[in-house]
Amino acid sequence: MVRGFGWAAAFPDEVWEHVFSFLAADADRNAVALVCRAWHRIERRSRRRVFVGNCYAVAPAAAVRRFPEVRAAAIKGKPHFADFNLVPTDWGGGAEAWVEAMAEGWPHLEELRLKRMVVSDDCLELIARSFKNFGVLSLVSCDGFSTAGLAAIAANCRNLRELDLHENEVEDNCLNWISHFPESFTSLVSLNIACLEGDVNTSVLECLISRCPNLRTLRLNHAMPLEKLVSLLQRAPQLMDLGTSKFSADHHPELFFKLESTFAGFKHLKSLSGIWEAGPAYLPAIYSVCESLTSLNLCYATIQSPELFKLVSRCKNLQRLWVMDLIEDNGLIAVAASCKLLQELRVFPSDPYGVAPPISLTEHGLVAISAGCLMLHSVLYFCRQMTNAALLTIANNRPNLTCFRLCIIEPHTPDYISQEPLDAGFSAIVESCKDLRRLSLSGLLTDRVFKSIGASANRLEMLSVAFAGDSDAGLHYILSGCKNLRKLEIRDCPFGDKALLDNASKLETMRSLWMSSCSVTLGACRQLALKMPRLNVEVIDERRGRPLESWPDDFPVEKLYIYRTVAGPRSDTPPCVWTV
Amino acid sequence: MEDHDNLKATELTLGLPGTDAIEKPTTAAPNVNKRSKEEEEEEECCGFTGSSGRPAAKAQVVGWPPVRSYRMNSFRERKMEKKEEDTTGIYVKVSMDGAPYLRKVDLGVYNSYEDLTDALEAMFKGFSLGKRIIQRQAHDLHESEHAITYEDKDGDWMLVGDVPWEMFVSSCKRLRIMKGCEARGLTSSP
Repeated sequence: MVRGFGWAAAFPDEVWEHVFSFLAADADRNAVALVCRAWHRIERRSRRRVFVGNCYAVAPAAAVRRFPEVRAAAIKGKPHFADFNLVPTDWGGGAEAWVEAMAEGWPHLEELRLKRMVVSDDCLELIARSFKNFGVLSLVSCDGFSTAGLAAIAANCRNLRELDLHENEVEDNCLNWISHFPESFTSLVSLNIACLEGDVNTSVLECLISRCPNLRTLRLNHAMPLEKLVSLLQRAPQLMDLGTSKFSADHHPELFFKLESTFAGFKHLKSLSGIWEAGPAYLPAIYSVCESLTSLNLCYATIQSPELFKLVSRCKNLQRLWVMDLIEDNGLIAVAASCKLLQELRVFPSDPYGVAPPISLTEHGLVAISAGCLMLHSVLYFCRQMTNAALLTIANNRPNLTCFRLCIIEPHTPDYISQEPLDAGFSAIVESCKDLRRLSLSGLLTDRVFKSIGASANRLEMLSVAFAGDSDAGLHYILSGCKNLRKLEIRDCPFGDKALLDNASKLETMRSLWMSSCSVTLGACRQLALKMPRLNVEVIDERRGRPLESWPDDFPVEKLYIYRTVAGPRSDTPPCVWTV
Repeated sequence: MEDHDNLKATELTLGLPGTDAIEKPTTAAPNVNKRSKEEEEEEECCGFTGSSGRPAAKAQVVGWPPVRSYRMNSFRERKMEKKEEDTTGIYVKVSMDGAPYLRKVDLGVYNSYEDLTDALEAMFKGFSLGKRIIQRQAHDLHESEHAITYEDKDGDWMLVGDVPWEMFVSSCKRLRIMKGCEARGLTSSP
């Protein structure tokens, strides 16, 4: 029996490295690194994948230094509420610091995934030049770059396998960027250009597709006309994941038949998206692939209910369905009957501002899905009315929910039958769904719902709250409970100083906290910053020009972003952000 | 749904008159858009309701409902492309101080100053140096970097936003996004 931790030396490093290679989860690798110095050393030298949930939580150079052999990095920047225009555009999240450090310290980097970051063309050029074996670039919800930057990637990354551009704001200044892929380039497996606004040269794209036999994923942008789409798709019958372009055109029977036979030629298609502006005339061309689809994304398709119904009810093997509320309750009832393998449902509002006549999508649709789809675990649902009874039913039907995001469009909407707050309904959800990891609340809610959440939501990692609660008690319940809470984002709630200060240490166990239009004062932020040196307390105020120091303690804070960090206050704050 | 007291006829709702869905949400009195003071100041749409066709009373809360702005923008652009155009488009040049090239916008595609400003901000985002690019109301000028101005039929440079939208569209010959400090001379109030 070896005493203490001397057993670490009983095996050579390579053996431990091999053992550690079976640990996929970062949390497990982190735990291993804490056991003893030897394991710390071995683990850090063998870690190949790094996930940085907040780009400001650690200095890029420090991360690169600690894990010298990383091959794949994923980094996130702006807070989630940046998606809804709540974060100033110049807040930060610039990628340069990271890309420069990685270019320096990880020359063998193969994969880079950035989300909600500001990526400049210079960054893209640096990426293109610095990593000889670069294979995967994924940019999600980023901005700051143009197609000129993409041209640099195309021209220089000889072994690029994946180029995934998802919902980025991309400036279109280099129309022929696709032609920068050299003739010798054949390694493409996945290409997603759905977010590009401009036309893409179809013949160049066709050439590219023809010479890349391993292409499995192709997501095109809206601009390509249907006839060109057809001839393109005929080059890639091996596709597994397709995002079409515009799915409407003047009705030509010949075009329809071509489209239909092209789709019939897809023997391996599992995932379908795009279908922008689908006209009823062309939709039936898809029918032949419906049976094999596991993922269908119609959230940009303004198809009306009858056509939607016909399409979706054919997709017997669907696991993921993203759709507009145009599907209505009847459509969802049909889905519940046909799509027995459904795991994830997202229903988006076709008319968020309520200008058009109301759609007949209510709580009944969701209840039907919860009853009929036994494997359902992830829900995002926009609707205009809800009852506690419906939520209770959903909770009882689907205790296996891991993600429940309900958005009742009008703030403060109560149970429309009883006029009660929706506390009971959401409480039922958290009490029944023991594995719930993500929850978004809406409707009329008092502090009582937060008491339930704090007490029952033990696996909850992310909570989004808006227009809810009565007092500080609400926030206190969450921060003093919810053992596994990582991200908390709150807007327009009467939560203030006391709850924040009473639970200061909780904040260091979380990745971040966002609070906007709440009742927090500058004084509390100052106290919090003093008490917790390993938190960055950022006060965001876009209106005033005077520096933070001159404001009094009772000054109301408009927006607050608090996150744990080992890198100290960041040096790139814009004028509207103060690190207290 | 039977309604013997004919309460429905006198019910206050948020929909346009004549729209009568089966299950309309009946919301209790506290359902007012409870916005904090800060967000009221951020509202720009209140001033320009007539032309947009929206019920004027329903002001919008920033960032609510939580639909990703990317989705809203792309969706709005699609809707605009689908609109039947009576004219062939009212294209005007747009220049921005400091930008190396001009752009063109079709004024006929937009319904309100808010839509136009959003589109221009998106178009010139790469050139903004900080804060929001374009002022929303005259008194914001000192807080933003740029202001939108236009040249009207008489050749005068005017600050965008003073006249009703339709009048603006018919009289605007070109747009210029100028630096905030230069634009201050154009406001009618000091």
